[in-house]
Amino acid sequence: MKRKTLMINLAVPLMAVLFSLAVGALFILITGKNPFFVYSILFSGIFGNLYGIGQLFFYATPLIFTGLAVAFAFKAGLFNIGCEGQLYMGSLLCAWTGCVFSGLPGLLLIPVCLAAAAAGGAAWGFIPGMLKAKTGAHEVITTIMLNFIALAFTNYIVTSHFFVPGTVRTPQIAAAARLPAIAGILPGFKGSSLNFSFFIALAAALAVWYILYLSRFGYELRAMGYNPAAGEYAGVDSSKMMIVTLAVSGGISGLVGSNYVMGYKYYFEQGFSGGVGFMGIAVALLGKNHPFGIIAASLLFGGLSFGSLLVNSVVPKEILDILQAVVILSVVVGNTVFSRILLRNSATGDDKPDTQRADAIIGEQVSREGLRRK
Amino acid sequence: MTDFVLNILLQTVRISVPYILAAVGGVFSESSGVINIGLEGIMLNGAFCSVVGTYYLGNPWLGLIAGVTGGIITSVIHAVSCIRYKVNHIVSGVAINIFAVGITKFFLILVFGSSSNSARIIPLKLITFPVIGGISPVIVITVFIVVLAHVILFKTPFGLRLRACGENPAAADSLGINVWLMRYSGVAISGALAGLAGAWLAMQQSQFTSNMSSGRGFIALAAMIFGKWTPLGATGAALIFGLAESIQIHVQTMGVNIPSQFIQSIPYLLTIIVLSGLIGRSEPPAAVGKPYPEELSL
Repeated sequence: MKRKTLMINLAVPLMAVLFSLAVGALFILITGKNPFFVYSILFSGIFGNLYGIGQLFFYATPLIFTGLAVAFAFKAGLFNIGCEGQLYMGSLLCAWTGCVFSGLPGLLLIPVCLAAAAAGGAAWGFIPGMLKAKTGAHEVITTIMLNFIALAFTNYIVTSHFFVPGTVRTPQIAAAARLPAIAGILPGFKGSSLNFSFFIALAAALAVWYILYLSRFGYELRAMGYNPAAGEYAGVDSSKMMIVTLAVSGGISGLVGSNYVMGYKYYFEQGFSGGVGFMGIAVALLGKNHPFGIIAASLLFGGLSFGSLLVNSVVPKEILDILQAVVILSVVVGNTVFSRILLRNSATGDDKPDTQRADAIIGEQVSREGLRRK
Repeated sequence: MTDFVLNILLQTVRISVPYILAAVGGVFSESSGVINIGLEGIMLNGAFCSVVGTYYLGNPWLGLIAGVTGGIITSVIHAVSCIRYKVNHIVSGVAINIFAVGITKFFLILVFGSSSNSARIIPLKLITFPVIGGISPVIVITVFIVVLAHVILFKTPFGLRLRACGENPAAADSLGINVWLMRYSGVAISGALAGLAGAWLAMQQSQFTSNMSSGRGFIALAAMIFGKWTPLGATGAALIFGLAESIQIHVQTMGVNIPSQFIQSIPYLLTIIVLSGLIGRSEPPAAVGKPYPEELSL
């Protein structure tokens, strides 16, 4: 059973990616270009030199944060589609902190700015968590609505209160608050925007992995996501859990600010995200909600984002937007199709009752025995 | 003064039409048990199809039909993945929205050679009424649709069956109702109406501009919730949202400065408030978002 789980977790995303590339080839053919030619530009542009690889990592960085944020909530059975709003609030607070506390030394200012980014996002995640826990308002709708409120709010701030005249952006943050660019340390990456935020993202992935799979908190979180009633029975305070989970998830989204505000442009600008909050959902799905899967999925989607710029002179870059949607749909449809096949196969010559078999296939370590032990 | 009020009211209606159409569509989809956050993307595809239709067929009425068709086709993708493949409805809706942005831009470049806007199209002829003057026939159609939607949903066997599938599909199934068929119909109707909403947007501007739905599908979603999942309620909510925007525009031209961002946030704030039950709680159909029959999945 364990092998089957592994197979489905690897085979479905791989097939989804291959299928999407085939669909992409179809769209390239519509434009009258040769798909192999276009894909070869894509691959040589990304893997041909250190600049390409640097850009790949740079584009993957915000996706790692948002992918982790979605997955973290999803493991608790919560759907956070408010990453977009959370990362806007986090990034704006980060930029504000970097400007206002410019007197602090770098050793102190960088952690303070990171904390501000996380706090802004966490506050925006706390609201839907609180509403869900106290009133039962569904987090999907409240997070969608909060996205728009965050957009309107940040837009108001950068057009009316805290901005450089003639632009829709904040002033630049203090030099001490900036994360170093990798190109400044390794000259081979010259021209690439890759910065230290990438390592913060990797550290975040590691931390999420540790919390989810090795800590008691993560155990309770997954128990709640797996079976809320059983979780409650075992003593998990689900209201508190919802609030904390969505706040942490929002905080991870807010850290997107470390890449753009602290490591790239050094200011907050209206509309900077380019939809990475929503792409986080795709990343989490493709990465099977596992932190390491998410890093891989972020590299793929980051590659597509960067690659769309590389091929734009030959085919419309929107082909790669279409690909993202196709990846999402084929992963989820693939999951259903595969699990139907596996369930059908294992139904023969296996006398376990259905529910037990499903538990085994899902492969979650949260078993009923485990819960009772607590 | 009456002119001023009339202007505000007419503009309210014009702003509200796409919200009303898509929100009533959403009511049908969700009443049948399928969450549709893809309204935004469906609207966008509808807008693009209506422009291409009008451009090539030379008749805005045929364009309108093309827009509705485009909306239905997009919604059927959502329906197949949610109903046939039991994909999470939210995930599918998000994919539809991303897909629509990409595919409309792609064909915009291919057909019209621009990444920002299409060629201009022939607009619909206005119908002239006494006092209020010329208005688009789509407004008349919208009024008709709202009344019809209310009647269908609450006064016909089809409506009762549709709602049964959203409240308790197992009970509906045991009475011989084809749950799948009902859900496909619900989603397709939402696609048709959101497609029409998109066509209206395109007709208003006589062209397609990239990403022109700009969040209206989500405002429609908000109107649907604020209207407690009923056609008349959703329409009322859409009109309130439209009125707020219209007043803000008029007040701004008079020099009083309410931040437009504040007005833009009103629909979203109100939705959160009613959803959390602070004022008159709004509750979705019981089985919305749940696949039927329930299936073990990985």
